[in-house]
Amino acid sequence: MDLSKKWLKEFVELDDMPIRAFTEAITMSGSKVESWKTEGSEIKNVVVGKVLSLEHHPDSDHLWITKTDVGSGEPLQIITGAQNLKVGDIVPVALHNSCLPGGKKIRKGKLRGLESNGMLCSLSELELTKHDFPYAIEDGIFVIQEDCRLGQPIQEAIGLNDTVVEFEITSNRPDCFSVIGLAREAAATFHKPLKLHTPVVKGGHGSGKEMLSVSVDAPDLCPMYSARVVKNVRVKPSPRWMRERLRAMGVRPINNIVDITNYVMLEYGQPMHSFDYRFLQGNQIKVRCAAEGEQITTLDGTPRTLHPDNLVIADQNRAVAVAGVMGGENSEIVDDTTTIVFESACFNGPSVRTTARDLGMRTDASSLYEKGLDPNNCIPALNRACELVELLDAGDVTDDILEDRHFSEERRRILLEPDWINRFLGISLSKDEMKQILSPLDCEFDGDDILVPSFRPDLVHKADIAEEIARYYGYDKITSTTLSGGAQGKYTVRQKFEQLIGNTMLALGASEITTYSFISPKYYDKILMPKDSPLRHSVAISNPLGEDTGIMRTTALPSMMEVLSRNFNNRNDSACLYELATEYLPTSADKLPEEKLKLVCGMYGNDADFFTAKGMVEDLLEKLNVTGWDITASSEEFSYHPGRCAVLSIDGKPFGVIGEMHPKATENYGMDCRVLSFTLDVDTLFAHTKIEKTYRPLPKFPAVERDLALICEDKIPVIALEHAIRAGAGALLEKIRLFDVYRGEQIEKGKKSVAFRVVLRSCDNTLTEEQINAAMKKAVKQLEKIGASLRS
Amino acid sequence: MMKEQLENLRKKAEEELKGTKDRQGLEGLRIKYLGKKGELTAILKQMRSLSAQERPVIGQFANELRSLLEKELTDRAAELHEAETALRLKMEEIDVTMPGKRHTLGHRHPLTLELNEIKEIFVGMGFDIVSGPEVEYDYYNFEALNMPKDHPARDTQDTFYITDNILLRTQTSPVQVRTMEKHKPPIRIISPGRVYRSDAVDATHSPLFHQIEGLVVDKGITFANLKGTLEAIIRQMYGEDSVVRFRPHHFPFTEPSAEVDVQCFNCHGEGCRLCKGEGWIEILGCGMVHPKVLSNCGIDPEEYSGFAFGMGLERLVMRKYSIDDMRLFYENDVRFLNQF
Repeated sequence: MDLSKKWLKEFVELDDMPIRAFTEAITMSGSKVESWKTEGSEIKNVVVGKVLSLEHHPDSDHLWITKTDVGSGEPLQIITGAQNLKVGDIVPVALHNSCLPGGKKIRKGKLRGLESNGMLCSLSELELTKHDFPYAIEDGIFVIQEDCRLGQPIQEAIGLNDTVVEFEITSNRPDCFSVIGLAREAAATFHKPLKLHTPVVKGGHGSGKEMLSVSVDAPDLCPMYSARVVKNVRVKPSPRWMRERLRAMGVRPINNIVDITNYVMLEYGQPMHSFDYRFLQGNQIKVRCAAEGEQITTLDGTPRTLHPDNLVIADQNRAVAVAGVMGGENSEIVDDTTTIVFESACFNGPSVRTTARDLGMRTDASSLYEKGLDPNNCIPALNRACELVELLDAGDVTDDILEDRHFSEERRRILLEPDWINRFLGISLSKDEMKQILSPLDCEFDGDDILVPSFRPDLVHKADIAEEIARYYGYDKITSTTLSGGAQGKYTVRQKFEQLIGNTMLALGASEITTYSFISPKYYDKILMPKDSPLRHSVAISNPLGEDTGIMRTTALPSMMEVLSRNFNNRNDSACLYELATEYLPTSADKLPEEKLKLVCGMYGNDADFFTAKGMVEDLLEKLNVTGWDITASSEEFSYHPGRCAVLSIDGKPFGVIGEMHPKATENYGMDCRVLSFTLDVDTLFAHTKIEKTYRPLPKFPAVERDLALICEDKIPVIALEHAIRAGAGALLEKIRLFDVYRGEQIEKGKKSVAFRVVLRSCDNTLTEEQINAAMKKAVKQLEKIGASLRS
Repeated sequence: MMKEQLENLRKKAEEELKGTKDRQGLEGLRIKYLGKKGELTAILKQMRSLSAQERPVIGQFANELRSLLEKELTDRAAELHEAETALRLKMEEIDVTMPGKRHTLGHRHPLTLELNEIKEIFVGMGFDIVSGPEVEYDYYNFEALNMPKDHPARDTQDTFYITDNILLRTQTSPVQVRTMEKHKPPIRIISPGRVYRSDAVDATHSPLFHQIEGLVVDKGITFANLKGTLEAIIRQMYGEDSVVRFRPHHFPFTEPSAEVDVQCFNCHGEGCRLCKGEGWIEILGCGMVHPKVLSNCGIDPEEYSGFAFGMGLERLVMRKYSIDDMRLFYENDVRFLNQF
């Protein structure tokens, strides 16, 4: 909301308060100033001048030599190319070393050999249009028809010196979308009286009632409808003061009738509409709900199809306006309009909001209405419009105000509870002091009851009153106090566990990423998810920004792959990344999905292979103190290389996958390198972590190492050999380390040689040869059972 | 005669000692002269043939000679060791400007980095950390928070809907509602997390971003408490000397409401590009929990009161590190991540 300070001064006397002091104080009382601008502040050294003589330039057929009187000193010689001047014209003169809007600088110079001591300006060079000065022309010098003196700064002469303050108005204060509303805030902030003006309409041009009737058929959607007929309309430009104010508030002046409706909307915050009386069939206005499929072409020329949810203004036969949103073409003011009807009405906010949204046209009027306007504001605004018609001699106002009202004029009551408010805010004001704060806000009192003005729909609860007290008492004056009562904040075990996962991943060399939770359904194709996979059933956003963010991911793998791919394409030669990512698994349509946290890790480059990823998992699980998990090869995981993928499980329940990405998947991401990834379910990890660690004494007796070189079928997995050794060696076995796998020369085809180092130790004694041999013998026996024998 | 023999032996031994270049040679010399079958021993064996007068004299002389040779052997050994070490040190010289052998460490995402610091501050002030669903019921995100279906404030939070009643939360406030439903006051929590708003992606907007909201409910909580608590937190976050102002604002779920600004740390209130000429930077929104919200959650507003606050994480981190494009957080280029 823009506010002209000149207009504001009509309602509050602020003397010569510096703009900074004004904006700071009013911001702190609750009307936040976003910015401010002084009109014409960029213009420097441009003054009013009078053309004394005009001569053709001897060396040009379109340039003129002028002598211009700028009020002091010798008349200036200025060369101009404009063709609209005559001797005696009053014009804006940019002197030597002057500035124009947009930072343009003017200096004296020579034009075709003759000295030019400045420039005569057009409207556009002053950043003005014909709307601001309808008598001027656009392609020529601005010939001023204002009361001014020679040498006067141009800003003063044409009224281009207002300061415009831009406010951020919060949605609870529709009353502040008006000059009067902000003036009331300013008056209360600076403890000045609010000088409200009561419009006076003379009328006397016949009975309005005989010309038109108004009625409301949907009183819950239209608590107040008022109108007045104006005859013999005389359309012409508005006077300068009105044009100046509209311009300052960012509204383009059009003609007196349009300008009056805009002026009243800005001043009172009440949208106004005008109809051409001749087009209102049956001489009646009816506010009703639209019929299903009812048609209307709005002022913007668009045909609209309406529904019973949409409120319309209708005559006897048809809709003539969409209530609170836009007028209809069929009753529009046109060039030969002679009699108009001014409408000033109040419509239900949510209803206007829905209609504007359905029809896809938010207008200035609808955005005001949807915040909820004051029905008591309709008549003053209508009177003001008619007063302005008379003041501007824009038409003849008839006698009657036509209205149909359906609202309680009783003011809302809130009990003033000073003790509660003091306690709530941490201040100590007396009841009288509170009343003194509330009075300038138009609150009245009936004993201890506050009678809330109807333009303050936001004041309902005693907490709302507390806010009014607080902001005018001053938030900054409320003394800060700290919380009493000791409270112990802490991280939960689960939160600490997640932190440990993160810390361990960092130590393992993976960097953390953050990705969007929504993805495109196409991402499932990219990771080779089968068409019939249940994971394709995702939570879908009904109004997504675009397809790329259309569904909530059921797997975080594509998010990781996107990031790896982006890094690869950005020519980063390696990346190792992780995310603690949420996956969203649908349950039933009216229930929330299950949100599951996963640890996803992905990497490429740096010679990373399957065992790099597996090693990280092993380190992580050790750090998390998760034991008893199994790993089995899997060729079923669709995103992974069927020969380089394993599933992790615990108690027979899978909780993770490690693998090299399927070459087709990496191709889909435009990567021609090996990509490794693993995903672990955080809930399962947390369920199996042993948080309490126990200390084991260091061994007292020495360990013995024995090497086992084995030959077996190539297809036997190493883990099977390991299990056999463990089973055989029993309690004495401390550690097994694989140190060689060999296929090729000296080994029979289809077989491999596998070598382990076995560490044995007893906690009771130094191992004897017999103990060692017995254990090794049993191990070999177990190995033989699965077809592995000692290499001779 | 024997003395002469001993004297010659000394000379010969000392000469050979000087000529020895390594420790094996020294050991050979020790055996040659001082060993059981060594030359000195051999000479001493002839002592029996000496007269009683000569014997102690020669004996003493011989013992002195033995000590002398032993000492010379030790000294020479030390000398040789010194020389060998010096040679080794010389041989082993390296170019210390060659690169170190590094272990790759991961880097924490800047959003988490900052969030962790903020969590520490709050935990230190007695707050617990609570989370809740991101896909949420309309009721928890809006209605319980005083924003019924037609509320105009819903316009300012363009919402992603799943169904009419399920949406992507636009704020982490639903976590507060859920907490109040479940727990009796005193409550002192923060709820950080992802929130969603239908904003197209550009340098300063993202349809997904992070918020940290907080809630305190207890008997006798006042607006003065709100100010005091948030000031203490802001001083920890922005420095002890930060200048803070509470400015009236409107949120449907708090009353009175405020926005909190810190004086621009760049221009100290003069107005600059960072603060867009305002001299202040808006950092959080807050207010006293609306009594209606408390009743909605089953807490008696006559007995309890509370305050709530919320701030955006992305903007905070952007200001801290002068990051000018929000998209960098979600692109996760390692050249970006490695800087944190």
